[in-house]
Formats: sequence, C-alpha cells, structure tokens
Amino acid sequence: MSLFTDPRWSEALGHLPDYLGNHVRVSVTALALGLAISLPLAIVARNRPVLRGALLGLASIVQTVPGLALLALFYPLLLALAALSLQWFGAGFSAFGFLPSVLALALYSMLPVLRNTITGLDGVDAALTEAAQGVGMTPQQSLFMVELPLALPVMMAGIRTSAVWVIGTATLSTPIGQTSLGNYIFAGLQTQNWVFVLFGCFAAALLALAVDQLLALIETGIRLRQRVRTAIGALGIAALVVATLVRSLSYSGLRVVVGAKTFSEQYVLAALMAQRLQAAGLPATTREGLGSNVIYDALGSGDIDVYVDYSGTLWANQFHHTDVKPREELLGILKDTLAKASITLFGELGFANAYALVMPRRKAEALGIKSIADLASHTSTMTMAADYEFFSRPEWAGLQKAYGIAFRAQRQMQPDFMYAAVASGEVDVIAGYTSDGLIAKYDLVVLDDPKYAIPPYDAIMLLAPKRGNDQALRAALQPLLGRIDIATMREANLRAAGNDATSSPDVVARWLWEKIGRK
Amino acid sequence: MIAPLISFSHVSKSFDGGRVQAVDDVSLDVAEGEFLAIVGGSGSGKTTLLRLANRLIEPSTGSITVAGEDVTSVDPIGLRRRIGYVFQSGGLFPHMSVADNIGITPRLLGIPSDEISARVDELLDLVRLDRTHHRDRFPHELSGGQRQRVGVARALAARPRIVLMDEPFGALDPLTRDALGDDYRALHKQLGLTTIMITHDMTEAILLADRVAVMRSGKLLAEGTPTDLSQSDDPYVGELLGTPRRQAARLQMLLPKDDGGGAA
Repeated sequence: MSLFTDPRWSEALGHLPDYLGNHVRVSVTALALGLAISLPLAIVARNRPVLRGALLGLASIVQTVPGLALLALFYPLLLALAALSLQWFGAGFSAFGFLPSVLALALYSMLPVLRNTITGLDGVDAALTEAAQGVGMTPQQSLFMVELPLALPVMMAGIRTSAVWVIGTATLSTPIGQTSLGNYIFAGLQTQNWVFVLFGCFAAALLALAVDQLLALIETGIRLRQRVRTAIGALGIAALVVATLVRSLSYSGLRVVVGAKTFSEQYVLAALMAQRLQAAGLPATTREGLGSNVIYDALGSGDIDVYVDYSGTLWANQFHHTDVKPREELLGILKDTLAKASITLFGELGFANAYALVMPRRKAEALGIKSIADLASHTSTMTMAADYEFFSRPEWAGLQKAYGIAFRAQRQMQPDFMYAAVASGEVDVIAGYTSDGLIAKYDLVVLDDPKYAIPPYDAIMLLAPKRGNDQALRAALQPLLGRIDIATMREANLRAAGNDATSSPDVVARWLWEKIGRK
Repeated sequence: MIAPLISFSHVSKSFDGGRVQAVDDVSLDVAEGEFLAIVGGSGSGKTTLLRLANRLIEPSTGSITVAGEDVTSVDPIGLRRRIGYVFQSGGLFPHMSVADNIGITPRLLGIPSDEISARVDELLDLVRLDRTHHRDRFPHELSGGQRQRVGVARALAARPRIVLMDEPFGALDPLTRDALGDDYRALHKQLGLTTIMITHDMTEAILLADRVAVMRSGKLLAEGTPTDLSQSDDPYVGELLGTPRRQAARLQMLLPKDDGGGAA
C-alpha cells in the first residue's frame, strides 16, 4: 500500500470539518480577545515607561511558559472560578475546552501585538505628530488620523506573528478538551498513526499561512488605500469564521460525549463505547486526548458523559489514598466515594491496566530476577524509564519505600518509545502498563509485586451525574462490562500500536467488539 | 499704531527645568497685515518663539496675546485651527493625498465634504498647482517645491488671519525658493494675512518681510524695517547684514546690464 492510497488519509479528511472548524473558532476568538486587550493597553502604555516596561516584561514571561503548561494551568483556575460562580450566582460555566483554551491563547498572543504597536507608534516621525498638533488635531485625532495609520504596517506585522503563533499553539488545546487540529497530532502520536500526525501538522500550517496571507491582504489594502484588497481579506477571514459557525450549529444537540485519555488503549475503548452507543441509536461523539487530571473533573461537571478510568489511578491520584487495599475492598470504597460526587461506577470491563516494572525476559532470566524484590539489589547500576507522570505518582513513592529501590538514573519518555528503549537495552527497566500489547511483542516480562506496593488498576466505566439513570445509555454499554480480559485487551493494544490502516482506533474497536461479542 | 494682532510681552521659555533658556524676556508686537521675519541661527530661540504663538508650547513667564486674547486662556485646539502653520519641509501626512492634506483643518472643523472639496480646488489654484494633476497624488510623488506649495495651501485652508511659517523655503533649490517666496508674498497681500516667518537667511527675510527681528541666544537683538536694521550698531546684526550687502554688490558688479532688477 503506497503512502497516497492509504485509507487513513480519507479517514483524516473525514474529521477535518470538525477539527478545523473548532481550531478556527478557538484561534479566531483568542486572537480577537488578545487584540481587544493588547491594542488599547499598548496605546495607553506607550508614553508611560513604567507601565510599558511592566507590560512587556509580563508578556515576555507568559511567552516563556510552554504552551501546553499555560493551557493546562487555566483549567483548574477556571474550575475553581466556575465553582465559586455556581455558589454565588447559582450559575456555573464549563471550565473545560473552549474557555481555558481561548484565555491561554489570548495571553499567548499578546507579546507581538504589544511590542509592535508600541514600536510602531514610537517610530512615527515627531515632525508629523507636531504637524498633527499644528493643524489643530486633538491628541485623540492625532492618534487615529495620523499615528495609528502610520504605525499600521509594523502593528500588522505583530498581529500576523500573533495569528501564526496562536494557530500553531492551538493544536495543544486538545488535552484540555478543546477539539482542534491537535487531535490528529495527539491521536497520531499515541497510536503511531503517522498519517494523522502529518495531516494535523500540514493542516495547521496551511491554516496559519492562509490567515497570515489574508491579514497581509488587509494590511496592503489599508496602506495602499485599495478597498478591494481590504474587502477581500476581511471577507476571507469572515468566511472562515462563518463556515466554522455553520458547522458547529449543525453539530449541537444532545450527543453523548465519550472521553478518552492520552494513550491508545483509551482511544480504542472510547471508539468502542461510541460505536456501541451509535448502534443503539444514541448519537455519540468522542473527546480524545484529555489529560488524566482534566478528564475526571470534566465528567463531574458533565462536559463528558462517560469514560474508562482505572481504580488505582482514582484511588491514589484523585482521592489521595497512600495505603493500598485489596482489589474488591478498594473498588467498594471507590464506588461509595464516587457516589458522593454523583458519579456512577457502572462496572469493570474485566481487565486491569496496572503500572508494572517490566524488563526484557532474557536479561531477567540471566540475572535471576522474577520480582521487584529480586530487582532491588541491582537497581544502583540500572537506568529506569517511565511515562511523564509515573515518577510523581504516589505508587512510585510506595515502590521505593516497600522495596528500597534506587536507580542510577531515571528518564521520562513517550510511552510508545519506552518499550523500544528497554528492548534495545538503552534503559534497563521501565514502568510499563500490564495491558500493553508491546510486552508480548518485545518479549518482555512483568516483574511480580509480592508486597502489593502497586494498587490494583481495574478498568472501570464511569458515568456522569446526569447519565447515571440514562437507561438507554446503560443498556448500550452494559454488554462491554466484564467482557474484556487482559489477553484480549493486550491484543487490541498491539493492533492499535501498528502503523497502518488496520490500526486506527475505530478499526481496532470493531475487531474488539467482534471478538467479545462472539464469546 | 492700532492694537497689535499678535503680541509677545516679556516672554521667557526654559527647558529641562531651567537649564536651557530658549527664549529670554522677548517683547514683540506684530500688527494686522504685517509680514514679520524672525532671523537667527540654530539655537537662537526663533522656532520656540513661533511655537509659543499658537501654543504648541507654553511660556514659562510672560504673556502672549492673539487678537487681544491671552493664548493661555483660550482653547489651544481652537486657536491652532484659527492659525495657519507651515512646517519646515512641509510636514505633510504621507498616508493622505494632497487633497486630504489640504482639507485637514476644515475637516477637523466639521465642514461638509463638498465644501472642502471646492475649497481644495480653490487653494490648488491659489498656490499654482494643477487641480487635475495633483489633487489625488501622495506627498512622496511630489517635488520639494510642490510639497511646500501644498503645505502653504493646507495652512490657508481654514481661512486664517494669521500664518506662522517655520523655515518654509529652507530646503528648496534657489530658483524654486525664489518663485515660492514671491508667490507667498503676493498671497499675503491679496488675502490680507498677518505672517510671521522664521528663517536663518537674512536675504530672504529682507526680500519678503516688511519688518525683520533678529534673535540670538533667546534674546531679541534688534527689530525694524531693513532700513532700521542697517542703522543698528549691534555687531551680530551687522554681521548678518554683511552677507546680503556683499551679495548685492557682487551681483551689481557681475550683472551690470540687469538694471538692478535682479534682487528687488
């Protein structure tokens, strides 16, 4: 199959109206908000050196915060605000997706606009501002009739830079629940679907270029006083906005939103749930690539309706338990705790996706290592790798305490690359996931945990408060409970890790349904 | 003598908290219909004095009256709209057409655009620019002389009684400068204007103005008609007059057949 006949291109194209529409909407709103704030600020600050220094300094600091972190920071902030607003005014708002993305991106857009507006206004010949005064202009008339028109080319250069930045950075709004062209990139990275990654990158780049050129058209139109150019540019931008709005209107409605975290197992399970819901005649859509900390709150606030979490993750991360309980007892406590937040623990899927220390079988056998206890004496000369969150999770502290392990070095990496790294010997041990298909593929072995330092991680399906009594939804998803065993999930994950058309979450989910449906 | 149209009375202006004394105790009256030239080198305070007249800057001490009113007691914006101002090398707005530049003050005054348009045509004729050819041009498409003609037209657009000119012809070639100076002098008479012109060129001052004031280091050294000035015993005034005198003598010698009409 050649690169161009790959059916994943057409699958990617199918998502384009949704992803592009959302991307444009969030970028344009953020840019408009950013401009509405930074232009007046720049004008006020230009003759006030202290304010000006403070503003530019602040904007520069914002710029140094990585885009993903800035976006992620707005989520808990808004969540707290939404809770306050609900308490005080009786009306909350969604702190998920659109709003935090727009705010973070607007902040991100400010520096070039501020800097170029101030520089542009400074660059206006003093003889001309004096002439403006001399012919009888008020300071305001001088600003609007002389200074701003003359500073316009420099200001527009700043606005164009901002637009390109915002459109690029908006791809990072996927993990906080805003659908964007980043969905291609995040999904593609997780499922090793390079077609998606490429498609997302190209689409974002093309969009940035197009908006940049439309703005350039407006700029030259204004400068050369050619109304036609200005009109074409403005119409182009307006058309982009309108096109995305029309699309979103047709999208609204009472859809069931299925959430997925940022790894391929979650993509497959979300696709499976969505397929089941659709088969039962319930319109369903997925919100993928949500951060672990975002997704639970999103369910609680009803931004998503259903998703699969893991008992140990909720136990340790969400509810901050430091002890470990036996599986059944832990599930029972969780069910009660969740019920207090009106969240329904609908049931277990049948497999567990626990963290586990994993190493190559051959090496483990050579060293006589079967359990983490056996590993402990070797760790001072070994390197360990884990995903981005493992080393800051409570179970890592628990492991260290229980077995007294201390590695020579610890590295963080993208989960998909971790398995290849341990198989090639670049690292000695990894914190893998028990349901991962790559364990079999690379002939790795999962080390026993005789002291039960790692809590159980049963995959459990959670329902949002408003869906707890939705009988149609429960009936559609009921057949998935208790049906997916670890071997089946591993095989599904291995399929999803492939790099061809049969590895898309939708295709793997269909395979999975056939397999468990036949049992 | 009737009451002066513009009057400076013991005016001083200092900058940088008193460290630079730009204008130092100057008293000077300009009568209605008069053409006054203020001559001085750079740093003499002549431009500062001019800007004080339409309140582009405010005096440190002393008072300035225009048509009997103290300038600090009237709205500066209105004052500036009533007084024409011709800037050094034009000061035209590069993003506006010739017509828009000329019509700017009437537009600020809220005059209807068809009236402004008619006024622009009238002014283009007045400063001897071709209506159809120059109206919609932009300043960068004009020659230096044409730009300064637009500058004069702009200053006259709102029918001011007073025109202030800051070295208006300084950057032009001698021929253009001569033609423009003569044209302006004619306009001054025709429209009954009161003009104060700043220049560093004594010859230009003598040829165009009714009365000449000489400034140096912020002080008014001498003022009067060219004849008055030639009797001054101030060495700097004598030095300034030396140049036109030498030029006149040399021209007389080099161009004997010209019947003396060249300079007058």
